[in-house]
Amino acid sequence: MTGEVLAQTRDTERERQAGLRERIACCSVAGCLSAGGGEVRAALEKAVNARGLDGQVEVIGTGCLGLCSQGPLVSSAATRQVYAGVTPEDSAALLDGGAGRFQGRTLGPDHPFYAGQRRLILENSGRVDPERIQDYIAQGGYRALLRAASAMSPAEIVAEVKRSGLRGRGGAGYPAGLKWELVARHPASDRYVVCNADEGDPGAFMNRSVLEGDPHRVLEGMAIAGRAVGARQGYIYARGESPLAIARIRTAIAQAQREGLLGGRIFDSDFQFQIDLRIGAGAYVCGEETALLASIEGRRGQPVPRPPYPPERGLWGCPTLINNVETFANIPAIVERGGAWLAAIGAPASPGTKVFALAGRVARAGLVEVPVGTSLRTIVMDIGGGVPAGCEFKAAQTGGPAGGCIPAAFLDLPMDYDTLPGIGSMMGSGGLIVMDTSTCMVDVARFFMEFCMDESCGKCVPCRAGTVQMHGILRRLTRGEAAASDMSMLEELSRLLKETSLCGLGLAAPNPVLSTLRHFRNEYEAHLAGRCPAGRCSIPVPEPV
Amino acid sequence: MDEIPQTAGAAHDEREQILDRAMARHHNSGDALIEILHTAQQLYGYLPAPLLKKIARRLMLPPSRVLGVATFYHLFRLEPLRKHSAVVCLGTACYEAGGTELLEGLRQHPGSGDWSVASGRCVGSCGLAPIVICDGRAMARVTADKLEARLREDHDRGSTGTDAGH
Repeated sequence: MTGEVLAQTRDTERERQAGLRERIACCSVAGCLSAGGGEVRAALEKAVNARGLDGQVEVIGTGCLGLCSQGPLVSSAATRQVYAGVTPEDSAALLDGGAGRFQGRTLGPDHPFYAGQRRLILENSGRVDPERIQDYIAQGGYRALLRAASAMSPAEIVAEVKRSGLRGRGGAGYPAGLKWELVARHPASDRYVVCNADEGDPGAFMNRSVLEGDPHRVLEGMAIAGRAVGARQGYIYARGESPLAIARIRTAIAQAQREGLLGGRIFDSDFQFQIDLRIGAGAYVCGEETALLASIEGRRGQPVPRPPYPPERGLWGCPTLINNVETFANIPAIVERGGAWLAAIGAPASPGTKVFALAGRVARAGLVEVPVGTSLRTIVMDIGGGVPAGCEFKAAQTGGPAGGCIPAAFLDLPMDYDTLPGIGSMMGSGGLIVMDTSTCMVDVARFFMEFCMDESCGKCVPCRAGTVQMHGILRRLTRGEAAASDMSMLEELSRLLKETSLCGLGLAAPNPVLSTLRHFRNEYEAHLAGRCPAGRCSIPVPEPV
Repeated sequence: MDEIPQTAGAAHDEREQILDRAMARHHNSGDALIEILHTAQQLYGYLPAPLLKKIARRLMLPPSRVLGVATFYHLFRLEPLRKHSAVVCLGTACYEAGGTELLEGLRQHPGSGDWSVASGRCVGSCGLAPIVICDGRAMARVTADKLEARLREDHDRGSTGTDAGH
């Protein structure tokens, strides 16, 4: 493909869409499909056909519209509204008008769920069918790759990413530009670009939603990275548990190859780049970068000590750039609109937006995207609509099994990479579980420890044995069988794991314990005394004497 | 587990051929082991020991390495699935919404003899917790009653299960 063909494809598709009377986009990612979104789409397509409206009204699938708890969601291009809880029986009203039918389940752009958001990664939701490359091109897709391949030098691309201040969205927040520079400057001849799509945190579905909803954005970001660091081969390492994301990536790669947007001589330049998909097989530890690389090489996903870091020695010993899905999804916008544009959004030290998967005891659960540094109160209370009536907010858990909880006292703290560690939590990759007074924090700590225990790869002793010991203590606590000495042992083991584990899994495994100990020690003490304040743990009542 | 499970004539040949082609496509490279195991499991439903040995020979890997990889990853099965499969999500949101109770209920249910029951990690539909995946289809906001109805439905119909993949 050449620049002219790209522009032509874009204009043709835009004209075609402008000629339509209506374009109805049915949310087609995992959440809404579980709620019956597939049936809604089929019913709509049938109704369009029955009315002879083909060519005037188009029904498409699209990326996550956000409000997963009220799915299936459908958005209308003509009315610019999103409709919630749509059933196949609503088809007629959607096509013939009949807004009355959707009273109480219509969400306009000024609905509190959307008003507080700033959609950048998810900007194409409702506009782009993830299975049609023309849709992505019509929204300006692959223009950034054209610019990167024909009008910018690799060093200029790296400089632009550095200027944006973008920090890695996998959780640790390492500046992306610095990582890119390390790989680009390495003298080795073979380099690789790897997209970490092994999103294994329970309660996190940001990356899979991006891949299911707008896969070309990620491919474009990876190709730009390939150009910037001098790599010819990229890999996406996706979770085996996300069959839909895998299918969408496969389709997108095939389309991009057919259009010459991946492969040799991209945009008639000397730049060539291939992307292959690698599918994980259900090992949480493979989210750790060295374990992920081992898995791509067909081995057990066991981490190795760092340094050397992957930018120096990665895949097959070659310098390797690893970023997560959301990081790559930011890249086309940075190249297209400039690093300074992104730097102006969000917090000064953590620019851009962040996608959160909001779930748990919250009225409106789903996928939300806000500028980095937005307060937890805005996310949970305004966008999420607060906890359901009759309950009281207790804490929000971020960062999954590696993260911590944020109690009510810190609701107004900005959510960014530098503030959260200060209160014993972390930004994490974006999972955000809201907990109310019916949640037992000791049980939550036990839940995450059980997760880490199961997922420990077994290579280093502190993690392999330590998680078992810590889980044993937490289980005794939730059963009312713990002794006072268990508490000091729990804290000592936490310290041990944090100081001596080999990789991030073991190093971070104590975080949920330490964080709940810090903010909810009273609950631990209550359990020691044989009482669960939330009434969740089944502690036997002692016989009255 | 002495032989690779076989179905009637042509289907058997085809599966073996597909697997051979998949290995050839990866130039019989050991790097592709996980890809090959995925393909094999898709074809056979699980990974029988003789099949693992065959893969080891073709990819020129020690059998210990192949078995090591097959047992390391949760999604690989060394035993065949039953007629139906149910995966109860135990991600944070589903756990908080009562996933454990659903799992226990399912395991102890007298009508679950035909079902392979397992727990799964977050399936990414947290807004609809708790989630149970029955024969590859996700059920949202599951209650004990809903599960009961689902089990009865299959029992009454006597339908055949499909391989949920995992």
